[in-house]
Amino acid sequence: MTLKLGVPSKGRLMEKTFDWFAKRGVTLSRTGSDREYAGAVEGVSNMELVLLSAGEVPRELAAGRIHLGVTGTDLVQEKLPRFEQQVEELAEMGFGHADLILAVPQFWIDVDTLDDLDAAASAFRAAHGHRLRIATKYHRLVREFLTDAGVADYQLVDSQGATEGTVKNETAEMVADITSTGETLRANHLKLLNDGLVLKSQATLWRSRVAKYGPDEKAALNTLLDLLEHRK
Amino acid sequence: MALRSDIQARAAQLRVRFEAAGAQVVDTPLLQPAGTLLDLYGEDVRARAYVTSDALRGEQMLRPDFTVPVVEAHMRHGAEPARYTYSGEVFRRQELDPDRPNEYLQVGYEVFERDDAAAADAEVFSLFALQVRGLPLRAATGDIGILMAAVEGLNTTGKRKTALMRHIWRPRRFRSLLDRFAGRCPVPESRRKLLSTEGDLTGSAVEIGKRRAAEVQARVEALRADAKEPPIAENELLALEALMAVRETVPFATEQMRDIAVDLPQINPALDRLDARTAAMKARGVDVDNLDFEASYGRTSMEYYDGFVFGFYAEARPDLPPVASGGRYDALTRQLGEGEEIPAVGGVLRPDLMLQLEEARK
Repeated sequence: MTLKLGVPSKGRLMEKTFDWFAKRGVTLSRTGSDREYAGAVEGVSNMELVLLSAGEVPRELAAGRIHLGVTGTDLVQEKLPRFEQQVEELAEMGFGHADLILAVPQFWIDVDTLDDLDAAASAFRAAHGHRLRIATKYHRLVREFLTDAGVADYQLVDSQGATEGTVKNETAEMVADITSTGETLRANHLKLLNDGLVLKSQATLWRSRVAKYGPDEKAALNTLLDLLEHRK
Repeated sequence: MALRSDIQARAAQLRVRFEAAGAQVVDTPLLQPAGTLLDLYGEDVRARAYVTSDALRGEQMLRPDFTVPVVEAHMRHGAEPARYTYSGEVFRRQELDPDRPNEYLQVGYEVFERDDAAAADAEVFSLFALQVRGLPLRAATGDIGILMAAVEGLNTTGKRKTALMRHIWRPRRFRSLLDRFAGRCPVPESRRKLLSTEGDLTGSAVEIGKRRAAEVQARVEALRADAKEPPIAENELLALEALMAVRETVPFATEQMRDIAVDLPQINPALDRLDARTAAMKARGVDVDNLDFEASYGRTSMEYYDGFVFGFYAEARPDLPPVASGGRYDALTRQLGEGEEIPAVGGVLRPDLMLQLEEARK
């Protein structure tokens, strides 16, 4: 049997993951055509590369269908309740940095903190007859963050893309989204809340705690861990 | 774990006893419109309730409790006074603890009664005490009404009091509001700058979204007005903190709170109501001298209760949720009643937990 490593199948995240492993003596590569999701591993015997979408990595780790996986902290924490019990963090990989943040229109000069947001949400609900809408795709993380902070009178509306545009389109009053530089926010006339950092995320190598580890998988994992150890 | 059939049999038995106490049986649909529950509890309820939807009725929730639908049914076509009982499944999402069931039976008793609140409170509490008699449980009681009276009578602006009242059930936010209104925390630099300005603000930022510039301006003016108000006085604040910390048997708690009322005289009417309730409970045979009272009880877990609150806990099993809990929820009937209101008090029992504790004792 083989030790299965799940890696995002597309774009910069895949390339950077390949580079990261290459620096540690493990060569990952795509086989066949660009459209075929198959891969090869050199440097560790009995290890297999599985290419899949970054969003599916947490689920596959939790189901034990892959032993190792590369994906962001944000996705693991959003998709896996009590994630520490299902996966173990092996290494932060130093790229794919992104913060999940709360942002409001720049012209809300009265709102800089969660305290302000709560007060503004209360007044907004009284004036408009519905709760203040926050567009996001990170429902669980944002809800837990706001519950913990004691913010009330808001509602989450689902937005799977172009989230920053929802305010201008008046389908939401503010957003909770991933940002790396803040440029998209500024371009859309939004600003960060001072204490609105929900989560700091980066690409991370995870190990599934529920996958089955036979002698072959254990040997492959130990070889890989040794290689990672040498390169720290 | 007790057999499902045993739990159902026990639930039926408990309900019969509530019927014998004069309650009529009500049933409510398993699927509840999500809107009412979301309006009431806010987005937090999604973490606790299962949400489903169809194209016709939109979002619906699997009944997370009976209180809301029973109140709605009563407000639509109930006669007064009324006593109701029910038994059935409720559903709770569990994302953290796999040992907690996501579906279980609740048996409840609710009283809608205008005349004698103290008597109705005592009736409900002693009925529940009777149902769980013999089990190794500790009773906890409290009264959110006393804290609400304390806040309402604070010597400060109506806006501040409204803000505090809104967060009675969120102790952390309540605390931070209180610190701010007492001038205990420093004003952030950005706020200081904003407050140093005057008149209408003309910024260069583009106005986007449904929250308009006039609303921003209105809040800026409210902040300026608030900054001119004096902080909440130290003696009031200390008394309020002392009140929130009261945790004693009923007689001692009452004595402590009467002392606190020297600085917070606004709580005296609420304490009179507590005295009346204590007398009514005593008359029903409740051992009030050894009954626990916590002034902050119910603030984290019982959002719509606004008066008497109670819970029965397994002493040897702090990991279990309360076997029985309930309280007074006058404001909820106002909120759901569309102009109508009626004082109401009630509670629920968990037959599964009762059986579990009985088995453990064998």
